[in-house]
Amino acid sequence: MAKRIDVSGLNAYYGSHKAIEDISMTVEPRSVTAFIGPSGCGKSTFLRTLNRMHEVTPGGRVEGKVMLDGDDLYGSGVDPVNVRRTIGMVFQRPNPFPTMSIFDNVAAGLRLNGSYKKSELNDVVEKSLKGANLWNEVKDRLNKPGSGLSGGQQQRLCIARAIAVEPQVLLMDEPCSALDPISTLAIEDLIGELKERFTIVIVTHNMQQAARVSDRTAFFNLAAVGQPGKLIEIDDTERIFSNPSVQATEDYISGRFG
Amino acid sequence: MDIPTDTPPTPAPVQDDRPTPAEQKRAARGATRPGDRIFLGLSRGSGIALLAIMAAVAAFLAYRTSVALADNTGNFFTTFEWDPAGISSDGKPVFGIAVLVFGTIVSSIIALVIAVPVAVGIALFISHYAPRQLAAPIAYVIDLLAAVPSIVYGLWGAIVVAPNLTGLYSWLDDYFGWTGIFEYQGGAPRSLMTVGILLAIMILPIITNVSREVFLQVPKFNEEAALALGATRWEVIRMAVLPFGRSGIISASMLGLGRALGETIAVATVLSPSFVINASVLDYGGGTFAQNIASKFSEADEYGRDALIASGLVLFIITLLVNGAARLIIARRKEYSGANA
Repeated sequence: MAKRIDVSGLNAYYGSHKAIEDISMTVEPRSVTAFIGPSGCGKSTFLRTLNRMHEVTPGGRVEGKVMLDGDDLYGSGVDPVNVRRTIGMVFQRPNPFPTMSIFDNVAAGLRLNGSYKKSELNDVVEKSLKGANLWNEVKDRLNKPGSGLSGGQQQRLCIARAIAVEPQVLLMDEPCSALDPISTLAIEDLIGELKERFTIVIVTHNMQQAARVSDRTAFFNLAAVGQPGKLIEIDDTERIFSNPSVQATEDYISGRFG
Repeated sequence: MDIPTDTPPTPAPVQDDRPTPAEQKRAARGATRPGDRIFLGLSRGSGIALLAIMAAVAAFLAYRTSVALADNTGNFFTTFEWDPAGISSDGKPVFGIAVLVFGTIVSSIIALVIAVPVAVGIALFISHYAPRQLAAPIAYVIDLLAAVPSIVYGLWGAIVVAPNLTGLYSWLDDYFGWTGIFEYQGGAPRSLMTVGILLAIMILPIITNVSREVFLQVPKFNEEAALALGATRWEVIRMAVLPFGRSGIISASMLGLGRALGETIAVATVLSPSFVINASVLDYGGGTFAQNIASKFSEADEYGRDALIASGLVLFIITLLVNGAARLIIARRKEYSGANA
């Protein structure tokens, strides 16, 4: 259930402003790839081009290729709705549907994809909540609103919602930046388990987090404010944090940057 | 450096020029300078005047109502007649509001049933579908619709709309006549249905505008949650926008209902009134509170006017209840919209 992503020559725009320029990289299946870099360097924008969420923003536009196991996501005749059903996403701020129960939140994606028997839904919801390490905390209150959970629980609920539809890839946009350290640890542990089944890409501002959870790390930077962000290098996480091949990466990681 | 001592510090002797608590309070209200004092007096006077006027209106309505009801020989709530002069019963006044309650509520409900889906559709189109260049002009036209005077709607309804509704009436009769509600026996289509259709157009702007505001407030991250799951645009609206906006739509509808209940001149122009309750909304006849007052007021004697005022008090109470309900729902919505914060 995990696929490889090959990006080549990708540019993304907001209106006439070029946000990222000429990005090429490969994301290996069943691994965690972390994107690090200063604010505004386009790492979140790049993440959103991977499931065609970028073009939802007014003026959002993408050039270049994103191949998912050889299929171009931006090919003609590709429905972005189907792309998003294969590539799940978890956001910075936990965003369970406020009017839905915990159960309905997890089942929401399945219900979009077709009709299921109640027993099938029950199974998938249980499996997804277990997969998100949330089952034991919520199994007695599945019919309560998801907005009643703590922030960390809400974020794990969002992860359960995303993995319920068995996506090929899971994109995470700073999933822990709104959470306390204990909830963050819970999510990081979860990422370690999820990579057995999914290809995971995570944007983070926290370099320790990147070092802890990821197998590969990509460093993004921009020449100046208003300039497009670029991929500086991507390599094994260990190498990036011990002996990066580009000086800018070294500077950023060791805190000499900015 | 103060050295702490065992004895508490003696309070400084109170000086005479320090402001007394009352003076401090006055200063805090900003009423020490002449300009402030004048403005305070003006604004306080306005506030009190408003309360006084409201009390006077209520007292007036209540007094005249009690005068009218004292001599009424019919049951005020159940009589199907409006004859305060007692023309048909030896000078004994007979009047009741049953027909008016029925006509007012039925025509308003018809208006809501027609207007709410259309208004929500327009609001969704403006907030979520239309490109920006199109959304602004449409919103402007909707606002314009609200600025058309009622009498113009009434004339248009009577001259243009009503005569052209016979086709719709026959169609309703063909397919839904069996329910009894949509039985059409021919005749001029100046019925509660026509009134309802006209009211629907009149309350469309307020429902559209309030709903649109609510839809625009849906948090971006809620919509993105649905999008990222692979929801189509309609599914995003169903999963994120409509649940969030539900109570807003309800309160918008209540505001529209408030206007429909009280609409006078357009109804009086279109409806061919009579004091009957028809099972079918397509039969001409019936009446509403406001229409009845407007049509009967000029030819009524003093007692007849008291009777009309009594009916006005009932409309006032109904409208008050509807507005209260709307406010209650809006207040509940405030708590609920913070649920995900």
